[in-house]
Amino acid sequence: MNVKEMKIIESKDLNYQELNQIVRWSLEEGEDRLLLRGVNGHRYIGVGLEGKARLEVEGTPGNNLGAMMNGLTVSVYGNAQDGVGNTMHSGVITIWGMAGDIVGYGMRGGKIFVRDDVGWRVGIHMKGNESTRPVIMIGGKAGDFLGEYMAGGTIVVLGVNEKPNDAAGANNLVGKYIASGMHGGQMYIRGTAPEWQIPEQARVEEITPEQCGELQNYINEFAREFDLDCSDLRREVFTRITPCGTRPYAHLYDHSA
Amino acid sequence: MPRSLIQQEFLVKRDEERCIECKVCVRQCGFGVHEYQDGKFILNDHNCVNCQRCVIMCPTGALEILENKGVPRRNAYWSEHSVRDLRRQAESGGSLLTGMGCDRSYPIYFDHILLNASQVSNPSIDPLREPMEVRTYLGVKPDKLSFTGTPGQERLVGSLPPVVKLEAPVMFSAMSFGSISKNTALSMARAAAELGIMFNTGEGGMHPDLAPYQDNMIVQVASGRFGVDSTYLNSGRMVEIKIGQGAKPGIGGHLPGEKVKEEIAVTRGIPQGADAISPAPHHDIYSIEDLRQLIYTLKEATNYQKPVSVKIAAVHNVAAIASGIARAGADIITVDGLRGGTGAAPKMIRDHIGLPIELAISAVDRRLRQEGIRERVSLVAAGGIRCSADLVKIICLGADAAYIGTAALLALGCHLCQKCYTGNCSWGIATQDPYLTRRINPELGAERLSNLIKVWIHELKEFMGAMGINAVESLRGNRLQLRGVGLPRNELEQLGIKQAGESM
Repeated sequence: MNVKEMKIIESKDLNYQELNQIVRWSLEEGEDRLLLRGVNGHRYIGVGLEGKARLEVEGTPGNNLGAMMNGLTVSVYGNAQDGVGNTMHSGVITIWGMAGDIVGYGMRGGKIFVRDDVGWRVGIHMKGNESTRPVIMIGGKAGDFLGEYMAGGTIVVLGVNEKPNDAAGANNLVGKYIASGMHGGQMYIRGTAPEWQIPEQARVEEITPEQCGELQNYINEFAREFDLDCSDLRREVFTRITPCGTRPYAHLYDHSA
Repeated sequence: MPRSLIQQEFLVKRDEERCIECKVCVRQCGFGVHEYQDGKFILNDHNCVNCQRCVIMCPTGALEILENKGVPRRNAYWSEHSVRDLRRQAESGGSLLTGMGCDRSYPIYFDHILLNASQVSNPSIDPLREPMEVRTYLGVKPDKLSFTGTPGQERLVGSLPPVVKLEAPVMFSAMSFGSISKNTALSMARAAAELGIMFNTGEGGMHPDLAPYQDNMIVQVASGRFGVDSTYLNSGRMVEIKIGQGAKPGIGGHLPGEKVKEEIAVTRGIPQGADAISPAPHHDIYSIEDLRQLIYTLKEATNYQKPVSVKIAAVHNVAAIASGIARAGADIITVDGLRGGTGAAPKMIRDHIGLPIELAISAVDRRLRQEGIRERVSLVAAGGIRCSADLVKIICLGADAAYIGTAALLALGCHLCQKCYTGNCSWGIATQDPYLTRRINPELGAERLSNLIKVWIHELKEFMGAMGINAVESLRGNRLQLRGVGLPRNELEQLGIKQAGESM
């Protein structure tokens, strides 16, 4: 990255509205690479922006980074807070650290890579189809409610440097209530997962990246993104979670006239 | 399958003398009541939902629908409906769904309120002779304006917050593409464009065919975030965050899989045939601070060019909730009352939760005035506005404008059969079946809606003129123009209106 080609914006003495206004003006003026320095809790960076520009963020961005974003490439050199890629439409967000809760809520397209852990309620109601194929890749662990109401897209949890299962057989990389109400999409979680940790709406199978080309591709992409060597994951067991059906709660209601 | 213990609700009678066997009824019924085989009609009236389509379409008036009552069992406690619903639960093991608004006989405050007219002491105004201002602006009203510059060349200091202009204080309520057909949405879009008012896309995203009507469009962001991308957000004139709706306060949205055909699946980004679930709550809004965050996220996403509205259901604490929402940065608050409609809701939820809009708007308007923040937001009332009189009364109780939903669908032919969730609407309104949806012609539909609203606007002007008022701004929150009839003192106080017979 040649720093001289980028427009640098010092964020320290700006509030979030001023910072985002400068980002918008810069993009309107035709800048396509911006470096935001000294970011410290500034909210809504990249929100609703369209196009192909690159945004580099040094510091800790505030909530809803890249929410409703449509196409940018955002890299955060540090940790992110809540709402990364909330209702995102397309683009790429890479977090060189950990992210908070609600990553990719209602995400409809694009990619989110988080090197370390994420918080709770990640990927809730993610949606998509064969052409949009959104994906959230988590290098560390995820908290409860991962992929609740998932309707499309892919979530991958790698737990690099973690032991995926504990002595009792529980999967440590995810919490409780994963895939609750899942009716579309898929998840790949490293390690095995006992029956009690998976809801009845979900179907489970165990595969290795060697056996599943798609999973291997995702892992390769993650490795490239963070310049890591993930070759030892090739033969590890992953749990693939898919929905049993598209109407997990239909039986609760009488739909007749 | 064990035998059902439930008697069919309706009987269909065919007058053989009038029937000319044209078989229009066979084609028109969306529920499979009429069949024709080997030269004879087969009647499956256990399927009848009393939508009246076949009765109206029959060219000779040969059909009649009757309630299957038998000898009425007079039980003031166990009504026929409550017994029937209980038996259905016992047989299906499922919670009953329903459509449209609450139909139970809770008090209707509109029918206990009378309006004033001017005579002698304060002359009335003739709307046929004098101009009547019914134009309404929705958004933040600034506390003061400052100007700078030399006399004759003054400039406004700062900028005004974004507002939306309505040529009349009424709009078409949010109905999602999915719950209603595209032709129904187009009818409302065209009528809104012609009348200079707004329509609302609801939570299903925007069908591309609605793009020509963007200038009159409100886009809704609900918890399912269906169809929400930057194009969507930048299309409408206003963005509305749907926290709740009057028909199902506290629970999320539900579009049954039967109605999720290909176009819906693509617009919403979910598998075909899947139930479209909008979870409750928005899982990124767990507090008023989170709501403020989403409001400002949407303002950032639209570069502060559009007002942001928040729609809530009327519940007990609606006044405090509205106060919080006003302070959280919303420009407009929509309050949806007990009688608000829906395409699908559990019947128990629809019928037993919420507040009538008359009480809710009154509480919100008075609380915001008390706290000195009434001008920070515009209030829009929704939930069972049936006529221009209801519109006038709700404005007098504090609303800036009203949404109509059920009234609009009734204008298009809906007969309140409440089976919207099945997707078999014989009128072509609450369905995605192309055989049915083509029954709504957007041009004719727009004309009917336009007619309705134009009449209401004329009646609004007549009401205003009769009161001696010539601007709808003077009607807003003007409780002195209302009097209660047959209401106990505490309810009069709750509404903030006097007893009929008391003078000004």
